[in-house]
Amino acid sequence: MLIAQNIGFAIIAAVMIVGAIRVVTTSNVVHGALWLVVVLAGAAAQYILLAAEFVAVTQVLVYIGAVMVLFLFGTMLTRSRIGRDSGLNNTYWKLGIPVALALFAAMAIALVDSFGSEKMPTDGAIVNTQQISDQIFGPYLLPFWALSFVLLAAVIGAIVLARKD
Amino acid sequence: MNTLFAAVIPYWGQSLLRVLGGLVAVLLPAGTIVYLFLFKMMSFMQSRLGPMEAGPYGSLQLVAEVGKWLQKEDIQPTNADKPVFKMAPIIVLMSTFLLVVVVPFGPDAWFTDLETGIFYALAVSSISVLGILMAGWSSANKYSLLGGLRAAGQLIAYELPMVLAVMGVVIQAGTMNLQQIVVAQNAGSMFGIDTFGNPYVITQFVGFIVFMIAIQAELTQAPFDMPIAESELVSGYMTEYSGFRFLIFFIGEFATAGVFAMIASTLFLGGWGVPFSWFGWTSMDSVANWMNVVGPLVVFTKMMVLTFLIMWVRFTYPRFREDQLQRFAWKVLIPVSLANIMLTAVLKVVF
Repeated sequence: MLIAQNIGFAIIAAVMIVGAIRVVTTSNVVHGALWLVVVLAGAAAQYILLAAEFVAVTQVLVYIGAVMVLFLFGTMLTRSRIGRDSGLNNTYWKLGIPVALALFAAMAIALVDSFGSEKMPTDGAIVNTQQISDQIFGPYLLPFWALSFVLLAAVIGAIVLARKD
Repeated sequence: MNTLFAAVIPYWGQSLLRVLGGLVAVLLPAGTIVYLFLFKMMSFMQSRLGPMEAGPYGSLQLVAEVGKWLQKEDIQPTNADKPVFKMAPIIVLMSTFLLVVVVPFGPDAWFTDLETGIFYALAVSSISVLGILMAGWSSANKYSLLGGLRAAGQLIAYELPMVLAVMGVVIQAGTMNLQQIVVAQNAGSMFGIDTFGNPYVITQFVGFIVFMIAIQAELTQAPFDMPIAESELVSGYMTEYSGFRFLIFFIGEFATAGVFAMIASTLFLGGWGVPFSWFGWTSMDSVANWMNVVGPLVVFTKMMVLTFLIMWVRFTYPRFREDQLQRFAWKVLIPVSLANIMLTAVLKVVF
């Protein structure tokens, strides 16, 4: 049995839930972003518990090292006030609750439906990085290309939108 | 450490040894770099003697400095965001400690032998940006904020060439695991001659140069020290820090220099290994056990050579301008490293 893993999962999940609630309840934008870092780091820790080393490292590199740094960079450039910020909630904030619940329901149904009866392998069969790359550059090559194309289009679009001349 | 002592030392003992080893691997290079390079070499380059009073040739100056910082008053600005202000230096130092755990010091002397080795190192090294941004924002000081923003812009720009420069090494070695990169360099041969192994500093020279420039910028050492430019921003994101919180930033700066130099020596100079042909070794398994003792010394020597280069550049060149810095990263380093990746990939397939 994976008792130690389950205890670890529970602790990290609790930290993530507290962090996620603080993201939306805190009265300071930068604090919200920093709590979001806690949530994303928690996700990376969960991946490590699942022995998905490559995914965990990618999570840290992309979300904590790049996305959150850009988030903080942007908020600090525009509204870098210290202390409480009033008027952070807009009038439609209640609409977020049903949307969040619907998303949760959709993901829960999809996960339980497709993986509900499967068990995690307990014999320590770890998917290594080489296997992941073999998958990406083998059977999943076309989706990978499509994704790269979408990303390239997004990058060019961002430049076109940002350039004034 | 694993195979050698696993039978005699219980798990908590191994963990304790690892923590102690990590402290030594971070603090010893930091102290050596500060005394030898920052105090002495900089002074000699500027035709002066540097510290001479504390101990022979001022060798105990560092102890005096640490004592000075520890007894200083711990000042926090009234308007500062206290929890974030206190957390920021710790996050910067934490990034350094997370970084050192992947550096291999011998065939069995490692902290963790991660399969994603170098990828992990690049990921955790970017955590320090968060700490710098937090420090700049929470100080409630315009200069600090400007320094933090400059640091973030610079570190994001130079992380890309660093990742791309490493890619050449990963392609050539065929693995991201640092142990296997070390073995690939020391067991390999160049043009049929195996006396020197195959250190990637020769085949990946472009990558090596780009990587060294990028870590110079990541460490915010001159000529890339705009975030703490003392003539413009007081001292950037560190302006409001004093006492032991400043000490943590200071240790973090030079410890990270040492750890980055260790990673660079592992990637490009053959890490803990000496060319295996000297002793008739062929693979990882045939490496003698005494290499676990000699290996750390080899890494340390190579690290000192590379930090000497970093510090030499730091004391020699004047500061970049902010726009020159960004242009250099995006228009020179990134295209050069992309070309290097393409060339490496083509040559890898051909040979």
